Amino acid sequence: MPDSQDKLLEVNNLTKYFPITQGIIFQRKVADVKAVDGLSFFIRKGETLGLVGESGCGKSTTGRTILQLYRPTAGEVFFQGKNLAKMQSEELRKMRRNMQMIFQDPYASLNPRMTVGDIIGEPLEVHHIAKGKEKKERVQELLQIVGLNPYFVNRYPHEFSGGQRQRIGVARALAVNPAFIVCDEPISALDVSIQAQIINLLEELQQKFNLTYLFIAHDLSVVRHISDRVAVMYLGKIVELTDRTSLYKSPLHPYTKALLSAVPIPDPVVEEKRERIILVGDVPSPVNPPSGCRFHTRCPLAIDICKKMDPEFRDVGNLHFVACHVV
Amino acid sequence: MATLLEVKDLRTEFHTQDGVVHAVNGVSFAVDEGETLGLVGESGCGKSVSVLSVMRLIPIPPGKIAGGQVLFQGRDLLAVDDEEIRSVRGNKIAMVFQDPMTSLNPVLTIGTQISEALELHLGMTKEQARKRSVELLKMVGIPEAENRLDDYPHQFSGGMRQRVMIAMALSCSPQLLIADEPTTALDVTIQAQIVDIVKRLKRELGMAVIWITHDLGVIAGLADRINVMYAGFVIESASNKEIFANPVHPYTLGLLGSIPRLDEAHKAKLTPIEGLPPDLIEMPKGCPFYDRCRFRAERCASENPPLELAGVRHWVACWNWQDVQKKRGPVGVR
Repeated sequence: MPDSQDKLLEVNNLTKYFPITQGIIFQRKVADVKAVDGLSFFIRKGETLGLVGESGCGKSTTGRTILQLYRPTAGEVFFQGKNLAKMQSEELRKMRRNMQMIFQDPYASLNPRMTVGDIIGEPLEVHHIAKGKEKKERVQELLQIVGLNPYFVNRYPHEFSGGQRQRIGVARALAVNPAFIVCDEPISALDVSIQAQIINLLEELQQKFNLTYLFIAHDLSVVRHISDRVAVMYLGKIVELTDRTSLYKSPLHPYTKALLSAVPIPDPVVEEKRERIILVGDVPSPVNPPSGCRFHTRCPLAIDICKKMDPEFRDVGNLHFVACHVV
Repeated sequence: MATLLEVKDLRTEFHTQDGVVHAVNGVSFAVDEGETLGLVGESGCGKSVSVLSVMRLIPIPPGKIAGGQVLFQGRDLLAVDDEEIRSVRGNKIAMVFQDPMTSLNPVLTIGTQISEALELHLGMTKEQARKRSVELLKMVGIPEAENRLDDYPHQFSGGMRQRVMIAMALSCSPQLLIADEPTTALDVTIQAQIVDIVKRLKRELGMAVIWITHDLGVIAGLADRINVMYAGFVIESASNKEIFANPVHPYTLGLLGSIPRLDEAHKAKLTPIEGLPPDLIEMPKGCPFYDRCRFRAERCASENPPLELAGVRHWVACWNWQDVQKKRGPVGVR
């Protein structure tokens, strides 16, 4: 149980393995994709936790497992003090009023055969919040909140641009007045000038409705901009977690350092002086992750113990968590 | 330095069922030998279509190069016959595409694909080509190159495939490498590896590069000159440092204001560009940025501004650039 009242979400040892099976009729499990492997963290009420990492590191799986879209293999997810991982479907369905999701691809996440009004109105009906005239009014209000014209209710998704569609996705998430929203790469499919519109919208809404975000992205500049605290993931594990300022000012984990140095800064004068830590090789497969510390195959500082023992994810002071033997 | 490529008033359009899409509307730029030119802009601004027109890779129909000249070492590539353009393509001008997953042939080994250009353009024998392929793969940093030659594309990761693409592009020692968003599909740490390789090879081989991107960060560390494109026009062109220190087109300014910077001092609000780019079928009569511009004046609605000089080798297409320069406030770190 979360010890303090201001924690909205607390995750303990969250694990999600996807089985790899062989055979057509008699399927037997031959291995696991260890997508998420023992995460522990919490999110305070009203804050934004950023989750960054490269493709395949398990950040989206983390978001989906928290919302129980995938049921976890092990671990606990306490939301408002209740363990979601233990809940049955009916109880869980009621909880979903409080937690919503915004998806990455605004083209794939809206049903092309439903009007905007139906898309945004559906959660209102599912949760018996409003119907009929009341529902229509609420939908129009929501459209206005996300900066779209309320007269758009009868239009279909294809009539909108990518940025506008993402606004529809935001309105749908807001419809049930949730406390917590998982934003899974909500801007990476959008153009630069449109990205800024959506970032600003998410920030405004957070203030207005006191929302709590888990913001998943691969772009560190964006995550730094929007988050209060940031968790860095590598191959299914969180390697470092701290507030945005210390993460960028004094990163401890060698992977965080490399990741930060790889992000280009739009300023030629700054770029000239920067030194890059270029990592060798690619991310190993999560089916068969390296022994010990998962980063040791690419780590410039690796020592003997890193190959044998998985480093503990520990607090080095001021809630700055890091998992590394060398630090 | 001598001019290697000069594009003059290039116009490319696509004839579709809905009407004529004006993708490139009179674009002019030049690349010197050994220079890196960055083409920056958002989707649909015509950056890819302009370089595809240079290579004559536009599908005709529905595409049509409606006008202009592409002078490569003094020869107009738009006027030469198909055989001649084939001797330039992949040989003197090479291209790396955005998606390393789809631009390699999945049923041919990497070795076969690299050797093809060597045998075709340089008349090498099979053994010579194979030997050279190994050298090329080593050059782009693929470990155990000898053994990987007989592998198929699916046995490589995204970053490795992009390196193979670069090795193929470099196989005939081109004078100009066109890289069309080569790192967009890759993770940041892999992107850093690729940018590093291209920088090193450029230094070693002295080739010119046209690097297309929507990412102002990547281009800041790479380019000598930058052309910013919008709705099929080059709207600002200057040296790399000048673009970031002294942007005078409202769109360039808007782009810079839209991106959060890793080194920003405090949590400042982003200033997005409101609205959407214009429809390329029904192009506006005046400035294409008019609807979204916060510096617009009456004249902008009816007359499209031409490129004019705003500084040393700094061109801008805006009637009010002096006003923009005065009113824009500080640029750079927020």
